[in-house]
Amino acid sequence: MPRSFLIGTVLTALFVGMAAISLIWTPHDIESLDIPNKLKPPSGANWLGTDQFGRDILSMIMEGARTSIAVALLAVGIGMALGVPLGLWAAARKGSLLDELIMRGNDLIFAFPSLVIAILITAIFGASAVNAIIAIGIFNIPVFARLSRSGALSLWERDFILAARVSGKSAFRISWEHILPNILNLMIVQGTIQFSLGILAEAALSYIGLGAQPPTASWGRMLADAQTLVAIAPHTALVPGLAIVFMVLGLNLMGDGLRDWLDPRLRVERA
Amino acid sequence: MTAFTRKLIGASAIALLAGAAHAQQTDITVGIQLEPPNLDPTGGAAQAIDSVLYSNVFEGLTRFMADGSVVPGLAASWDISDDGLVYTFTLRDGVTFHDGTTMDAEDVKFSLDRARAEDSTNAQKGLFAGIADVTVIDPLTVQVTLAQPDGSFLFNMAWGDAVIVAPESIETIATNPIGTGAFKFDEWVEGDRIELSAYEGYWGDAPALSAATFRFISDPTAAFAAMMAEDIDVFAGFPAPENLPQFEADPRFQVLVGNTEGETILSTNNMVPPLDDVRVRKAIAHAIDRQAIIDGAMFGLGTPIGTHFAPHNPDYVDLTGNSQYDPDLSRALLAEAGFADGFTTTLKLPPPSYARRGGEIIAAQLREVGIETEISNLEWAQWLEEVFSNKDFGLTIVSHTEPMDIGIYANPDYYFQYDSAEFQAVMEELTATTDPAGRSELLARAQTIISEDYVNGYLFELAYPTVARAGIEGLWLNQPTAAVDLTGVSWTE
Repeated sequence: MPRSFLIGTVLTALFVGMAAISLIWTPHDIESLDIPNKLKPPSGANWLGTDQFGRDILSMIMEGARTSIAVALLAVGIGMALGVPLGLWAAARKGSLLDELIMRGNDLIFAFPSLVIAILITAIFGASAVNAIIAIGIFNIPVFARLSRSGALSLWERDFILAARVSGKSAFRISWEHILPNILNLMIVQGTIQFSLGILAEAALSYIGLGAQPPTASWGRMLADAQTLVAIAPHTALVPGLAIVFMVLGLNLMGDGLRDWLDPRLRVERA
Repeated sequence: MTAFTRKLIGASAIALLAGAAHAQQTDITVGIQLEPPNLDPTGGAAQAIDSVLYSNVFEGLTRFMADGSVVPGLAASWDISDDGLVYTFTLRDGVTFHDGTTMDAEDVKFSLDRARAEDSTNAQKGLFAGIADVTVIDPLTVQVTLAQPDGSFLFNMAWGDAVIVAPESIETIATNPIGTGAFKFDEWVEGDRIELSAYEGYWGDAPALSAATFRFISDPTAAFAAMMAEDIDVFAGFPAPENLPQFEADPRFQVLVGNTEGETILSTNNMVPPLDDVRVRKAIAHAIDRQAIIDGAMFGLGTPIGTHFAPHNPDYVDLTGNSQYDPDLSRALLAEAGFADGFTTTLKLPPPSYARRGGEIIAAQLREVGIETEISNLEWAQWLEEVFSNKDFGLTIVSHTEPMDIGIYANPDYYFQYDSAEFQAVMEELTATTDPAGRSELLARAQTIISEDYVNGYLFELAYPTVARAGIEGLWLNQPTAAVDLTGVSWTE
């Protein structure tokens, strides 16, 4: 197992673990403010210091990890759930009008800068975590649709698919039983990358105030709140910033490692 | 020493002297947070209009000084009839508008009649409601007749909403304001800046500054960076109180912390259940720890208030005792009103940090007593539409910066929808009372009524921090009205 994959997995597991623990326990309650104790540097009582309301930053990071992971996971889920079937469908009907419609529709979504559309969606439907999930999710659809279509197209030329067709299986069953399992590793690798992009997108939306609303903790909003405090309490900005960096780094390393591991061709080369 | 070196030294000395002469700067760049939506102080409610234009470009019959006193403006003097109904203003001679036309009694009549007309869009029509008639006696004399004596008429005429405008330029006033002030309007680059320059035909003392640029920087971080880089010379109403100590410690800057007329309140929709129940509003008031909000949201800047009145006003009554922080009492009141398990309402927050940060603190404090709030952060345009116009809110936080604006509580259609016959009667009596002792007593009663009805959560009087380069003099410390008056500002070095 490559070392980068190991590092990535450890980092990811760390944040996922923190998020999981925060479901039942955090060092401090982040919903009660302790204003006399605000902007304290890291100490024994508050390992990562306190923010502008005297809340424990470690607890905020733990709960923020939950928000980030939940938003990114659901957004990737939307992208996969809609994108993969669309891509498989388009591949099964290669060259038809349907194929054109699906793929040009995906191009259309791709043509817009994702953050701008995300801002549009949250501006129309209101800023909330749910709308952030939908906005980020929509932009995951074309990614998965394209990837699954291109993966499926090469498979459709293969002999075992021909055999399945000769035996009378429908295009739907072939896609489901033969093609999907063969492109699954591709999807998992891409899913990991999209997951890290989802974390970034959630942070960006929260940073401009369009993501999860207070009092829900969010790394992006922690950064935004810390902006004017950098000079007097640098840890308030550094901690959430580094959390985002390490989470995204971890996912990317893990994604790279997964690709090396799951891709049979690369495995042969290594051996 | 060779001849060449001597020449070189001489040249350097001359260059240095020339440099010193140039150092006396006469232009100024002022940063403010909000951009005015239009440039007509007589037709828009936005304070940013007055921040840029009050006293600089537009003047009224009377005007506010930096200390809040009302002094003659375009009216050099006035006589008040014994019954207090007829004000005869003598206008200053030789006043011209920036387009060269003369300011005379006809313009005063035009301005007042326009402001009080049926179809007037003036944001403070109440200021003119008492006027029965405006008559031109001669070009420099104008007579204003009131329907009933109004003790605050001269005060009203000092507001930015009561400035004198000319019929010749009224069509384009929203984009090309033509006033009588010491500075004339040059250019408005929307989204960026407004440029003013000294008006040579000004009737009063010429200002020390030759030009002024107002730049709009809404983001607190950008404001901090622009000030630190000395891209701007003054930031009036600096938006990030947490950064003030850094400016104070820096010899390049001076920090002025003044007071405003801004009562920062937790505005409560008095028509929406369960907030229409006075016990619920009282419970909210007792659930709020003002000092925590002042420390947490404003880094200690702000004076606690217990009613809708400025603490520096001599008629202020300290009623903070009516709403001491007492979560147990708050829970008891909620139980009494039938909300022992609390309830959920909305908390809509406009952009300023007093609202956004204060909102998070208040939400946490209300949660302690069982009241859940759904926070939504709104931009100003959304806030004006949803909250101010459509009254679609439970709670909101906003600072009311108009001077002496307790009268808004007499208007049941105002966005927090407080309807009290008792209060309205007191206000009517106040308008008819001119004797100062009687007015003080009525104002005290008015303050007490709204405090004991817990109309809104009264939080604190907004402070007004100004950050300026060292060497600038004459800036207003306080904000008796929204204004960045540059007529008395100068550079000393």
